[in-house]
Amino acid sequence: MNPTDVNASLNTKGSTDHTPDLHTNTEHHHDEAGNSMFGFIVFLVSESVIFLSFFAGYIVYKTTALDWLPSGVTGLETREPAINTIVLVSSSFVIYIAERFLHVKNLWGFRLFWLLTMAMGSYFLYGQAVEWRGLPFGFTDGVFGGTFYLLTGFHGLHVLTGILLQAIMLVRSLIPGNYDRGEFGVAATSLFWHFVDVIWIILFVLIYVWQ
Amino acid sequence: MTNLSVDAIAQVEQPLPGAPNNWKRFFSFSTDHKVIGIQYLVTSFFFFLVGGILAMIIRGELITPEADLLDRAVYNAMFTMHGTIMLFLWTFPSLVGLSNYLVPLMIGAKDMAFPRLNAAAFWMVPVFGVILMASFLVPGGPSQSGWWAYPPVSLQNPTGNLINGQVLWILAVAISGVSSIMGAVNFVTTIARMRAPGMTWFRMPVFVWTVFAAQIIQLFGLPALTAGAVMLLLDLTVGTSFFDPARGGDPVLFQHFFWFYSHPAVYVIILPIFGIFSEIFPVYARKPLFGYKVVAISSLIITGLSGIVWVHHMFASGTPGWMRMVFMATTMLISVPTGIKVFAWVATIWGGKLRLNTPMLFALGGLVMFVFAGVTGIMLASVPFDIHVNNTYFVVGHFHYVIYGAVVMGMYAALYHWFPKMTGRMYSEGLGKLHFVLTLIGTNLNFFPMHPLGLQGMPRRVASYDPEFAFWNVVASLGAFLLGMSTLPFILNMIGSWVQGEAAPKNPWRAIGLEWLVSSPPTVENFEELPIVVAEPYGYGKSDPLVANPDRLEVVHESH
Repeated sequence: MNPTDVNASLNTKGSTDHTPDLHTNTEHHHDEAGNSMFGFIVFLVSESVIFLSFFAGYIVYKTTALDWLPSGVTGLETREPAINTIVLVSSSFVIYIAERFLHVKNLWGFRLFWLLTMAMGSYFLYGQAVEWRGLPFGFTDGVFGGTFYLLTGFHGLHVLTGILLQAIMLVRSLIPGNYDRGEFGVAATSLFWHFVDVIWIILFVLIYVWQ
Repeated sequence: MTNLSVDAIAQVEQPLPGAPNNWKRFFSFSTDHKVIGIQYLVTSFFFFLVGGILAMIIRGELITPEADLLDRAVYNAMFTMHGTIMLFLWTFPSLVGLSNYLVPLMIGAKDMAFPRLNAAAFWMVPVFGVILMASFLVPGGPSQSGWWAYPPVSLQNPTGNLINGQVLWILAVAISGVSSIMGAVNFVTTIARMRAPGMTWFRMPVFVWTVFAAQIIQLFGLPALTAGAVMLLLDLTVGTSFFDPARGGDPVLFQHFFWFYSHPAVYVIILPIFGIFSEIFPVYARKPLFGYKVVAISSLIITGLSGIVWVHHMFASGTPGWMRMVFMATTMLISVPTGIKVFAWVATIWGGKLRLNTPMLFALGGLVMFVFAGVTGIMLASVPFDIHVNNTYFVVGHFHYVIYGAVVMGMYAALYHWFPKMTGRMYSEGLGKLHFVLTLIGTNLNFFPMHPLGLQGMPRRVASYDPEFAFWNVVASLGAFLLGMSTLPFILNMIGSWVQGEAAPKNPWRAIGLEWLVSSPPTVENFEELPIVVAEPYGYGKSDPLVANPDRLEVVHESH
């Protein structure tokens, strides 16, 4: 920052501090939402390191294990998980459309596409539950079983969290005028959803594609 | 001394909720960063005493070569709990507390970015403290696998209970991790976005830089430990085999997860201490900090390098040769930014007009102890030497010089330096100097003997040892008891001075910094009007004003 910038900020401060008007008030709110979004992004970056650690562990196990697959297991079925992947990845675009609708103040459009995102997320969880039921190995069947359920389960927990957050935002959209000035919660939930999607893509490649 | 000023009495008579004189706010879910800072400091100091008592029990056992004071299993539990308490319940929370108190004041903010998150993060500390302490009461006692909880030792569950010492240990560490992540998000957001007008990055005090650098480490390191802890917990409770070598697991992977966080964690601890040194030396040497920008940036370089040194804890864990070489090089490299700081402090003191009061004495003592620890650190970074002294008392001596010599002494320096600001009272200089002398002698008496012991080959974590090691062990034990005694004048000083010390002015040290421009203790809002910063920090020997509006930071009380 050069001296003129400081002078500029000095002047704006000097002109507003004696008359604390509406302008500074909204600026204050804007700043708080900005802080929250910044903090949330910092949190997501940190959260991604847990997944990176699990991924790193998975790669180490897979490349060094003597008996990777438990006896009687030949590999993982990829067709159903691929459909699941398509559903989850497309839901990222759907939630983006919902956000656009909110941006132009079309609340019903927002609610429709928001609900559609929730439905797609729920379908993903349902698909995963069906897959888990049909698998011939369990959580304690060696490192293969352990890492498989750990990775998919931990990611599934995040999907569930995302759907619950979406449900809260949907209910809050029913409060009149609540989203008039834009909404940190909606933006954060949407960002979280994209994050969960990207994690799944890496996870899908590591577990299902690389066999 | 006996004349209480009229407005002091008036304030006592009307304790507003959250007002600086209402002591009850320290026991409430206060969102004031200053209250939370002191809550952290007092809580963590309590646990420091608990961990210290465990240390004295350990040294009591080691004063004779035979295992005669404790059962060996109890001894294992003692050193495990000592390490865990000292790290997770003393050093981390006490530094977070100090940072909490100082960062918003130093950058000219009214509070942290997320005050409620801040309070929630603090209240997790007593929760996991109680959980950890509760492990003394479960069948089988506390965890016995050391503070690093290596499998397969940590996977043994002799009592067969689901709730055992090791499970409670993992739970406590996990809650500590959640609390630390919440704190880290808060600090990084606060420093990045809440700075006062004109407070550019290169006008921030170095303490703020070091807190920023340290909290970034928490953000990328802690999740790795969390991942390892989750897998360890599943192994222990559900029966997975991630780290169980008998069933195809990889125990060394846990060591990677653990040290990927726990080595950088050393920098989480030491970086704010570097910040304290950088604040204190200029004040009491009356000179600007030498090489301010370089000192500030080297904090971030340490953060970056701290992520690529962790394998030096595992030179003896079947690590491939190329990996040993790489991590030996990176470990030695990290001494460069650290050495730059040491040179900067020495250059700051050099030729200054030194005022040797208690904070300055502790800072100087801490600096000397740190340089000693740095020398043994370089020795340990070298693979052949490290393999020679691996798991001996040499390592124990090295890190106690860092953690007691540098961190605890730096922490004491900070507590004395900012005590007038926090409490509005002056501490007793005589008791402070007594405390310093006892601490300096005790630290060296306790931890120096560990170096010859380690070189002679005495392993760590044993309750009994060969009689040839007896001499140095007796010396170390006497030092440990002396260190225990050294806390007494400190406690007496802090409590006594807080209750009836002389009232402190705004700026008793003639220090330059935003926190010294407001009253002691500051008001709930810190600054009535945000300061407009117009100068770089550490302007000692110059007469430039630090802010453009020094008279409007607080409402003037028209009581006189």
